[in-house]
Amino acid sequence: MAISRDQVLHVAKLARLDLRDEEVERLTEELGAILDAVSKVAELDLADVPPTSHPLDLVNAWADDEPNASLPLDDVFANAPAREGDLFRVPPTA
Amino acid sequence: MTALVDTIRLTAEDAIGLVERGEISAAELHGAYLEAIGERDGELHAFLRTVAEPEGTSIPIALKDVISTKGVETTAGSRILAGYTPVFDATVAARCKAAGLSLLGKTNTDEFAMGSSTENSAYGPSRNPWDPTRVPGGSGGGTASAVSAGLAPWGLGSDTGGSIKQPSALCGNVGLRPTYGTVSRFGVVAFASSLDQVGPVAKTVRDTALLYRIISGRDAADSTTVELPSPVELPENDRLDGVRIGVPRQAVALEAIEAGVRAEFERSLELASELGADVGECDLPLSFDYGLPCYYLIAPAEASSNLARYDGVRYGPRSDGATYREMVERTRDDGFGPEPKRRIMLGTYALSAGYYDAYYGQAQKVRTLIGREHAAAFERFDVLATPTSPTVAFPIGEKAADPLAMYACDLLTIPSCLAGLPGLNVPCGLSQGLPVGLQLIGPQFAENALFRVGYALEQALGLDLVPERLR
Repeated sequence: MAISRDQVLHVAKLARLDLRDEEVERLTEELGAILDAVSKVAELDLADVPPTSHPLDLVNAWADDEPNASLPLDDVFANAPAREGDLFRVPPTA
Repeated sequence: MTALVDTIRLTAEDAIGLVERGEISAAELHGAYLEAIGERDGELHAFLRTVAEPEGTSIPIALKDVISTKGVETTAGSRILAGYTPVFDATVAARCKAAGLSLLGKTNTDEFAMGSSTENSAYGPSRNPWDPTRVPGGSGGGTASAVSAGLAPWGLGSDTGGSIKQPSALCGNVGLRPTYGTVSRFGVVAFASSLDQVGPVAKTVRDTALLYRIISGRDAADSTTVELPSPVELPENDRLDGVRIGVPRQAVALEAIEAGVRAEFERSLELASELGADVGECDLPLSFDYGLPCYYLIAPAEASSNLARYDGVRYGPRSDGATYREMVERTRDDGFGPEPKRRIMLGTYALSAGYYDAYYGQAQKVRTLIGREHAAAFERFDVLATPTSPTVAFPIGEKAADPLAMYACDLLTIPSCLAGLPGLNVPCGLSQGLPVGLQLIGPQFAENALFRVGYALEQALGLDLVPERLR
């Protein structure tokens, strides 16, 4: 099963990746081959099988509702590319 | 200056003894490892950075660069985290510190732990101490290379589909991927959250058990963790009387397994029988037929979600863009290397409208069957055994251009990861002068059984695991 160039561009948009032209070309080919290989799971009839999302039988791991100290703001912003006061500075959203 | 101790054969247990008896100070031991790193890491590139002074009173430890270390840069082998300096320690790093261990350095990894050779690291590959023209395995090739070359007494890795077990096999170390949920992931860079586990890498089974004892147990900061049902035991029995070892027919039938690997694997099974174990065959047909495709849907799907956080807003480098959206898209394209991009794209596709049920949903059902198959095998056996890697260490560059060939490196390690089971790599011989690893798989929480079998075989095999060229 191949994946088209348009599908690759659509998925890149969903994934927030501004792929370069040569990447689009390479990924169209590579993803086609990988999808062919992983599509093998479709061979099995699994209508009656429940899915596993988590390998341990854990149910409702509750934490006590107690306030804890948060990180100091200077720590929170220590790795930020751009800070303005107590906010992360970003380019305009539109 | 001549180092006070030769680190090449020093086990963690012996190193702890030296420090406790006052024969060497923590600072002197730290210095001896830094000296070994200075001598040999120019060639091996196991470390991305080292720490000059020890903080603790006991021995040093190397941590894979996906583990957050307060004040010490943590990149996950990616450019998108270049310069990122955590403001807190991962729980496993904090537990090591609480045990007196000092951070020696951060070890190289495939970018975001995605790979089987460390060739996907944005900072260049690590090399195998047995033959530097070959890979050390991956993703945790840095830790494996370091422990094998005497650059660290032990280290921590992370394993999603084989990233602890496979490099341990290729470098001749012991490595444990623990039962899912027994070791905290708080502060560990996330790849695929239903699979990721942190675990120890060391020169001996006892060292591995000792380090597992230090890092395991429930952590309030990671709601997927549980308390161990029984304490970690350091193995000391060199017999295997009454232990039932199952060998999955479908695993050993795989054509991908090299003749030399097969021969060493079979020899270790004969040895297990001589030590008193009952060795028999079992069946895991779906696990080895569908495990790899199942994994390469689930892991990329979860990765695409986890890696959405790298947006150039809160940390990491930022690329220019006229709008917020352009900035994010450019930052991500510039920051991620080819393998994370492949997996983000594959995972996003598998989760997208119209494809979710056919891919991710179907893979989650296959995962259920793989778990059931293993559970059935453990009704008859205490431990299962396969080779860890189908091949010995391969030449750098051999698989780098072929993603599917690289993915197949983990053919034998993946099924038990999907089932959340613990797996231990134990070196079991040499082929072409390179290490071969035995993979022991247990039921959930059966680490003590794995340590027992691994220890008895290790003692009986008596291999010299110092790379020949470094003896």
